Amino acid sequence: MTEFAVEAHDIVRSFKDGEVKALRGVSLQVPRGQVFGLLGPNGSGKTTMVRILSTILTPDAGVATVEGFDVVKQPNEVRRRIGLAGQYATVDENLTGFENLRMIGSLNHMPKATVVARAKELLEQFGLTEAGNRTLKGYSGGMRRRLDLAAALVARPPILFLDEPTTGLDPQSRQDLWTIIEQLVEGGTTVLLTTQYLEEADRLAKQLVVLNKGQIIAQGTSAELKAQLGTTVLALSFASTTDAQAGLPLVRDLSKQEPVVEGSRIELTLHDGPSAAADALRRLDGAGLTISGLNLREPSLDDVFLSLTGHKAEDEPTTTRKDAK
Amino acid sequence: MSATPLAQHGSLKWAISDTLTIARRYILALIRIPTSLVFAIIQPIMFVLLFRYVFGGAIPIRGGIGTYVNYLIPGILVQTTIFGAVGTAIGLADDLQKGLVERFRALPMARMAVLAGRTLADLARNLLILVVITGIGFLVGFNPGGGFIAYIQACVLLLLFAYCLSWGFAYVGLAAPNSETAQAMTFPLIFPLTFASSIFVQVQTMPSWLQAFARNQPVTQTADAVRGLMLGTPHGHSSWIALAWGLGALVVLGPLATRKYRRAA
Repeated sequence: MTEFAVEAHDIVRSFKDGEVKALRGVSLQVPRGQVFGLLGPNGSGKTTMVRILSTILTPDAGVATVEGFDVVKQPNEVRRRIGLAGQYATVDENLTGFENLRMIGSLNHMPKATVVARAKELLEQFGLTEAGNRTLKGYSGGMRRRLDLAAALVARPPILFLDEPTTGLDPQSRQDLWTIIEQLVEGGTTVLLTTQYLEEADRLAKQLVVLNKGQIIAQGTSAELKAQLGTTVLALSFASTTDAQAGLPLVRDLSKQEPVVEGSRIELTLHDGPSAAADALRRLDGAGLTISGLNLREPSLDDVFLSLTGHKAEDEPTTTRKDAK
Repeated sequence: MSATPLAQHGSLKWAISDTLTIARRYILALIRIPTSLVFAIIQPIMFVLLFRYVFGGAIPIRGGIGTYVNYLIPGILVQTTIFGAVGTAIGLADDLQKGLVERFRALPMARMAVLAGRTLADLARNLLILVVITGIGFLVGFNPGGGFIAYIQACVLLLLFAYCLSWGFAYVGLAAPNSETAQAMTFPLIFPLTFASSIFVQVQTMPSWLQAFARNQPVTQTADAVRGLMLGTPHGHSSWIALAWGLGALVVLGPLATRKYRRAA
C-alpha cells in the first residue's frame, strides 16, 4: 500500500496532434480518506486529468497510479477501485433508475443478489426509491445527478472521481450532493473533486490544487492558499465612479496587488489588515472624499484565483447545458 | 496485485456476461421506445404493401421465379436489415455523445462487450423482424418452394449479413460526432447499396454501367442467395459468394470497429 490513494507525476496530454495542450506536466498526490480539490476554470485541464486518472484517456507523458496501480499498464486494477461521476449525468435515459444501477453492478462483476440489494439501498439513500422504477425521462437534473453518483458507488469503490458534480444544479440539489459527499468521506472514501466553484472547493476539499491552462499554479489547503494571498480584503464603496477614480491613486500603494475597481467600488488586498485600513480612510478623508460603505473580510478563494490568474474564475466562458434544469 | 490472475481466470465468462448485460440494455430500450420498434416493423410492412400492390404490377420478372411477390419478400428482408443497421450507428453515436461510453470505459468490464452487446441486440431484433416479415409475406401471397432446410440456410445467411452490417454501422456511429451526423453519414451508404441492387428489381434491367456495380456488390449477392435458397431457384455461386462476403466483412469490420471504440473519445 502506498501512502497516497492517487499519485500523478508530470502528466502531459495534448489534443488535435499537439495543437491543444490540455495538460503541461501536472503532478499531484491525493491523501486517503479526504476530499482533494482540483480547482480551475473551464479549459484548465481538470476533466482531462480526471479522464487520465480513470483510465479513459492515456497520457502522452508522465506516470499516474491509483492505489499503486499504473493507470496505463494496469487499467483493470484501477477500474476495480474507482467510481466516476461525470460532469454530465452519464446514465441511460431509456432504463429505469434501478435498471441503470443493476447494469453498472453487473458490469462491475458483482453477484446478482448483491447487485439488486445494493441498487435498492442506493436508491433509498439518494431519495430515489419511488422514482427507481420509472425511466429517466421524467427525472429532474438533480435526480439524474444523484443517480449518476449512485451509479459510481454501486461497487463501493474506495476512490471516487467527481468531475464537476454540481455544475448546473440548483442550490438545494447542490447542498444535497455536498452532504452526500461529506458522508462518503466520513465513511473512508477518498474523493478527487474537480470544480469551478470556489465555494464548493472551500467547503469540501481539505487539499487543493489550482489548475490554469494545463498547469498547477498553486496548491495547499484552502487556508494556506488564502494566507499566501494576504490577510484581509478591504472593499470601499464611493458615492460615484468619479470619486472612486479620484480615490484610487491615494490608496493604490496599500494594496498587495493592483486594486480591483468595479464602478464606484474599490477592493484592496491589504498587507496588514486593520492598520492599513485605517491608513486608507485617513488618506481619503484628507482628500475630502467620503465613502458610502466599507467592508473588511478574509479573502475568499475567488480572491485567490484572481490574484493567481489575473482573471476571475467565472470569467472563462461556461458551457450552457440544457439537460441540467 | 494478487487480483490480476483472478481477473484473467474468468475473463471469457465475464466477457460473455458483460455482452449479455449490454445487449439487455439495448433490448430494453427497444421495447421502451415504441416508435423504434414500430418503425423497425411498420416500415418494412409498408414497403411490402407498396411494392406488392403499387409498383409490383409494373415490374416484370424473368426466370422461373413466378410472381413478383416471390421476388420481393426475400429482397425486403435484406433491405430491412440494411435500414435497421442505421439504428446501430445512431445508437452508438448517441452513447458516445452522452458520455455513456465514457462511463463504460472506466468500468472493469470487457472492452469488446459494448460492441458485441449492441450487435447481439441487433441480431435479436433482426430475428424478430425476419419472423414478422415472413408472416406478412405469406399473407400477401409469398410462396417459397425451396424447402425447409434451404429456408433456414437463407435465414442464417441473412442474419450473418445483418450482423456484419451492424459492425460496419457501429464503426460509422463511433466515427460520427453526434447522432444526427451519424444518421446523415449512413444515407450515402445505404442508398446505393439498397437500390442499386437486386433487392427490388432484376439487375439485368439496369443500364450496363450500373449493372457492373449492382451485379457485384454484396447486397445483390446476398439478396440473390437468400432468394434462390428460399424459392429453390438456381442462384449460381451467390450463396457461397455471399457467405464469403459476410465472413470476410466480419473479419475486417469487427476489428476495425473495436479499434475505433478503443480510440473514441
